[in-house]
Amino acid sequence: MKRVYLDNNATTKVDESVVEAMLPYFTEMYGNPNSLHKFGSETHKGVAKAIDQVYSAINASDDDDVVFTSCATESNNWVIKSVWLDAIKNGERDHIITTDVEHPATLSACKFLESEFGVRVTYLPVNSKGVVEAHTVKDFITKKTALVSVMMANNETGVIFPIKEIAEVAHQYGAMFHTDAVQAIGKLPVDVQDLNVDFLSMSAHKFHGPKGVGALYMKSGIKLSPLLHGGSQMGGLRSGTLNTPYIVGMGKAIELAVNGIPKMNSEIRRLRDKMEDALLELPDTFVVGDRDSRTPNTILISIRGVEGEGMLWDLDKKFGIAAATGSACASEDLEANPVLEAIGAEADLAHTAIRLSLSRYTTEDEVDYVIEKFKEAVSRLRAISSSYSTVKAQNIAKTH
Amino acid sequence: MAKADLFGEALWDQYSSVVADRMNNPRNQGEITEEEATARGGKLVVADFGAESCGDAVRLYWLVDTETDKIIEAKFKSFGCGTAIASSDMMVDLCIGKTVDEAVKITNIDVEMALRDDPETPAVPGQKMHCSVMAYDVIKEAAAIYKGVDADSFEKETIICECARVSLSTLKEVIRLNDLKTVEQITDYTKAGAFCKSCIQPGGHEEKDIYLVDVLKEVRAEMEQERLKEAADASATGDFSKMTMIQRLKAIDKVIDESVRQFLIADGGNMEVIDIKDTDQGFIDVYIRYLGACSTCSTSTTGTLYAIESTLKKELDENIRVLPI
Repeated sequence: MKRVYLDNNATTKVDESVVEAMLPYFTEMYGNPNSLHKFGSETHKGVAKAIDQVYSAINASDDDDVVFTSCATESNNWVIKSVWLDAIKNGERDHIITTDVEHPATLSACKFLESEFGVRVTYLPVNSKGVVEAHTVKDFITKKTALVSVMMANNETGVIFPIKEIAEVAHQYGAMFHTDAVQAIGKLPVDVQDLNVDFLSMSAHKFHGPKGVGALYMKSGIKLSPLLHGGSQMGGLRSGTLNTPYIVGMGKAIELAVNGIPKMNSEIRRLRDKMEDALLELPDTFVVGDRDSRTPNTILISIRGVEGEGMLWDLDKKFGIAAATGSACASEDLEANPVLEAIGAEADLAHTAIRLSLSRYTTEDEVDYVIEKFKEAVSRLRAISSSYSTVKAQNIAKTH
Repeated sequence: MAKADLFGEALWDQYSSVVADRMNNPRNQGEITEEEATARGGKLVVADFGAESCGDAVRLYWLVDTETDKIIEAKFKSFGCGTAIASSDMMVDLCIGKTVDEAVKITNIDVEMALRDDPETPAVPGQKMHCSVMAYDVIKEAAAIYKGVDADSFEKETIICECARVSLSTLKEVIRLNDLKTVEQITDYTKAGAFCKSCIQPGGHEEKDIYLVDVLKEVRAEMEQERLKEAADASATGDFSKMTMIQRLKAIDKVIDESVRQFLIADGGNMEVIDIKDTDQGFIDVYIRYLGACSTCSTSTTGTLYAIESTLKKELDENIRVLPI
């Protein structure tokens, strides 16, 4: 069966040149980069190059810190827990602001602080276009707010948030600003100096790098207690032997991703738009967020009468198409799509969202194939669907 | 936690091939119209259960022969995941040919069993069991419409775990009989809470009126209340073995005060009770400490000790052993 991968917001294929760059660091150059001998110094060079590649990709200044971590979940946890330690437990502040639609890495860390330490956390809503607006932050921020954490682009919808403005609001109140930029790298320019963020989280596997490596950017002058204590690697900020091959891979991947932004915003955006236009020809469908204020690769489409996991099943089992949903049955945690709830979509549609996310590898042929098969799946499932049947029930439907 | 909880098998890989087949090619998907019903001379019943806003909705169509109450034809429509569609399809299979009264006895466990590839392996993973519950509930709705009664009249019991169909009364009984102290034990004994886990505590997929943690807490509180009452009764009737620690201490002190202490004090000594323990062999060990002159008296481990022990045995319980520390 043909296979088409349209779940690139979940994870991506590793670029072959990234694999190539990594390979020597497994069996030839395997020294600990912090060792003094030749084995150490040759891997040290590889890490140093990766550091330069990451600094350059996000336009960090040499005075800033970019620390490699195991993933963006670690980066987000680190910021949230250490800001709590430094500015709330050992400081004068008592409040954190984030949004309803953050990644669980942020939400769960905030909920943990809330329940364990009684920290006050405000979860900002999105508007009907799926955007968290800067003025909403203004409504809730106080002089006691320690941290504002708002993602740069949403993983479900691709909607881009005005983080430059939000960072400015945060700074007016003396709060620090963190952004989870996992969905932004390689899709839109990320310039930490222009955005003026204090912290920024990244994850290599979202931009054709390997899984298990990420980074946290910290603006010069910001102090953050370490989360992992140990042998004082990375200036003592993040202990643990450096994951050399993966760091090298991340460096190469971020360079390629940033170089690929023009293609993303021309060719891939065109394919995305083509697919979106075609799928919206189906009646009773809508896509969340304005097309121009989304990452160029993402579509979150609601299909009335078709339950998300049922749709994923057909796409995968019948047509070999990999997509995603946040709907009830698909993920093992059995939740309704939080973003559809957050944008205030009709309750009947909470379980009807399908996310299609393209990558720089997506081809026109694949898009044409998906358009055709997607429509076939919708038509089969709507034929089964109770919401499209003509003979109506004689009782009053109950909820369970 | 365990290996399977840390990283279980991929969700869809745990579906039986029957589930996959029924999802891919449902046999009974469709509807029955009023015209068809009239043409075939049966009564049309159309029942809904669930809601799209909850993620699952099923509509069941029955054509019932009113003379025999037999379901001669059935169809379904479903908004739901693969498991929901497959279990609706199988549920319709199970309905056809049965009388309405027989159909009402079909449970979601029956549907799940029918979807198994082999009798020993569940058709769907635990967290998907709740998808088959809908199939069971919609039958009750259909039967209620057919009979013109309330669907709740078919449900005599309060069901706490819908996946495993475990009732409140069963849970209470099992907790009591086996002296269960944790939710994990309840799950081991009854399978309640083993599947979608919504019934364990608030915060799961579905909101409940009462959760396993509530049932456990309630029954344990009742059991504790009963134990105290029993102890109070025991105190009144002098049954030392059933008394609480405090009651036992009071009872021992009372006996000592009445028949022993005066002799100890006369010799310049005294004693106090330090602890009382039930042993596995059925003894009740009373640990005492001698005070004043008694602590150095040579008879404190022989004659005096014997006198104290035999008095307590006689007055309170013959299994008492007195142990000086």
